[in-house]
Amino acid sequence: MFENLTERLGTVFESLTRRGALNESHVTEALREVRVALLEADVALSVVKDFVAQVKEKAIGEDVVKSVTPGQMVIKIVNDHLVELLGGETQDLELRAAPPVPVLIVGLQGSGKTTSAAKIGLRLKTQEKKKVLLASLDVYRPAAQKQLRVLGEQTEIQTLPIIEGQMPVDIAKRAMQAGSLGGYDVIMLDTAGRLHVDEALMAEVTAIRDAVNPAEILLVADSLTGQDAVNVAKSFKDAVGVTGIMLTRTDGDARGGAALSMRAVTGCPIKLLGTGEKLDEIEVFHPDRIASRILGMGDIVGLVEKAKETLEEEDAEKLEKKILKGQFDLNDLASQLRQMRRMGGMEGLMGMLPGIGKAKRQIAEANIDTKLLMRQEAIISSMTPTERIKVKVLNSSRKRRIAAGSGVTIQDVNRLLKQYKQMAGMMKKVGKLGRRGKKGPGAQDLQNLLPPQGGGFPR
Amino acid sequence: MAKANGERKRGFLSRLRKGLSRSAGSLTQGLGGVLTKRKLNDEALQDLEDILISADLGVETASAVTKTLAANRYNKQVDADEVKAVLADEIAARLAPVAIPFDFSGASKPHVVLVAGVNGTGKTTTIGKLANNLREEGKSVFIAASDTFRAAAIDQLKIWGDRAGATVISGNVGGDAAGLAFEALEKARAANADILLIDTAGRLQNKTDLMDELTKVVRVIGKLDATAPHSVLLVLDATTGQNAHSQVELFQKACNVTGLVMTKLDGTARGGVLVALASKFGLPVHAIGVGEAIEDLQAFDARSFARALVGLDANET
Repeated sequence: MFENLTERLGTVFESLTRRGALNESHVTEALREVRVALLEADVALSVVKDFVAQVKEKAIGEDVVKSVTPGQMVIKIVNDHLVELLGGETQDLELRAAPPVPVLIVGLQGSGKTTSAAKIGLRLKTQEKKKVLLASLDVYRPAAQKQLRVLGEQTEIQTLPIIEGQMPVDIAKRAMQAGSLGGYDVIMLDTAGRLHVDEALMAEVTAIRDAVNPAEILLVADSLTGQDAVNVAKSFKDAVGVTGIMLTRTDGDARGGAALSMRAVTGCPIKLLGTGEKLDEIEVFHPDRIASRILGMGDIVGLVEKAKETLEEEDAEKLEKKILKGQFDLNDLASQLRQMRRMGGMEGLMGMLPGIGKAKRQIAEANIDTKLLMRQEAIISSMTPTERIKVKVLNSSRKRRIAAGSGVTIQDVNRLLKQYKQMAGMMKKVGKLGRRGKKGPGAQDLQNLLPPQGGGFPR
Repeated sequence: MAKANGERKRGFLSRLRKGLSRSAGSLTQGLGGVLTKRKLNDEALQDLEDILISADLGVETASAVTKTLAANRYNKQVDADEVKAVLADEIAARLAPVAIPFDFSGASKPHVVLVAGVNGTGKTTTIGKLANNLREEGKSVFIAASDTFRAAAIDQLKIWGDRAGATVISGNVGGDAAGLAFEALEKARAANADILLIDTAGRLQNKTDLMDELTKVVRVIGKLDATAPHSVLLVLDATTGQNAHSQVELFQKACNVTGLVMTKLDGTARGGVLVALASKFGLPVHAIGVGEAIEDLQAFDARSFARALVGLDANET
């Protein structure tokens, strides 16, 4: 069995070396593997079908970026779409209402509601300095109310005193009263686990909702959940009106496809993640993290980076054209500096310029300090867009501002500008040479582009 | 633990059917839609496979099952009921070898049963129900409250113990789980108890330190009785998807699981992953949980399970 999607797609595209736009047969074949990967990650079948259809539409005709295989390109498109569907941006709890603000916690048995209620309470208390009251409405599971009380003691959050025999709706009302009287900001109402097909218990939770009018109704769901996630999420959404999802046990080794299923069928944002057994182990939801996990690819980030780098290679080609036309501004210099830094020196940069292979080693030996490159970048970052394009506008007051902004002296700014002018001059020559069809400037000329050894910037 | 007498048997079947029928409802509709007056061609088989995937059988198993179906019936005109029956037979055939009831009749006294599983699968509840069934059989039952981690787990177990009439041995919250299991075994021995059920804290199978803790429980009780634990039950939640594979694999590694119990089959989750687990691991499936009441732990019957899974009457022939 394949460990991850990258491998799967690698096999699909093994024989395929041709570059260019993705055609339908590549995409169809790749998406068959994507489908299996998603199903093995427990994404619900109906959701998988829609997803695959959408990705197919997006992917066909998409240009394959150079140096990325078609398979990797498909993964990138799949990953991007997955992140988008999982809800692009992080959404936190929406608690803007007159205090005490009730938050209703609902879900199946064993999904982790009580622990989650305490975790959320602790998070609100420590991060937002809210005064929180925990109330357990679980009168069914043995010792459930006591469990919440103990968690309250551990987190030093008040819990509503237990009154034996009181029914959930009445407990909820009592919690709201206690909340008003006690000046609480948030009331966490932890309900009993219930099956979404249990009509009596679903009616009960609806009655609780109507009694307290909660600002948030959080569905707590286990990230180990399989295909049934859609039924659960949809039923709770339809019956109670879920406003957000908290996904628990994300520290397990499940792929967590349930996240996508639930998000897709309810449209409700996934707001929080339970990331461990300890009560401070709660995090806001990051779609990208879950996306690469669903696809089973630890290396997706690296892959997307690679694709981006490739895009920068394309930038280099654009730059080459610019140079040939004799246009070279500080934006270009900045992007060169960035690339140099990433590649650990001048070597990479020189490799991208036309016809200067000879100079490479000499330059590598020059041993340029990356801190220097960073400072130079900082100087350019402190300039306005206009200044970067029209260096001529830089008067002394502007230079003073730039120096202050980047934490260097005016002399450093001047030095950078001098280098830029030399470089731009060189570029013009290169361009002329290029137009004449000559091989390019000699190594000696290029060395003039470099900052002088030992001098220049403070290190 | 199913009772032999007819009345109880019917009770079980109708309960299972009631539980599974809700989930089977959508499956049945799907099947009907796919197959009414159709040839069993590639398209129909693909649809069938999809439906099995929706029941958590997993891609591999679903495709294996449909392939077997195709081998016999390809391009034949089939109606929905016929296909359901064949599908149920195919699934039942895969499950039959693992449908093995609890067997605590070994020579050891007490027979030590370690109960493990991921958090929230229903270990404590299963122990409560199991203790009750054993008590009804006239056995004397001790329970070790070795879930010393989760808040109020001990209280929860004590309440179940009271309901079932079993003796609960408990220690302090945060105490050593293995030590408590050891103590409980000593006490159960001294009281000449028939069965000792050891409840453990829920743990995710990828947490190595927590799994080591479980191994330690096994090791420590082994000092008193080298053959203990005599049974190690892994409790699986029916709503769990393909992660159940990893759960079985890693729990087996840590504490040598001898059998499975699947809980929460009273919802819409169909527990189809059991079909895949049966062929992959071959571990006995002893019982299923079909509700929150104390009598809601029932013996696992392959045929009823399979028939209910595809939406057929579970006890018809």
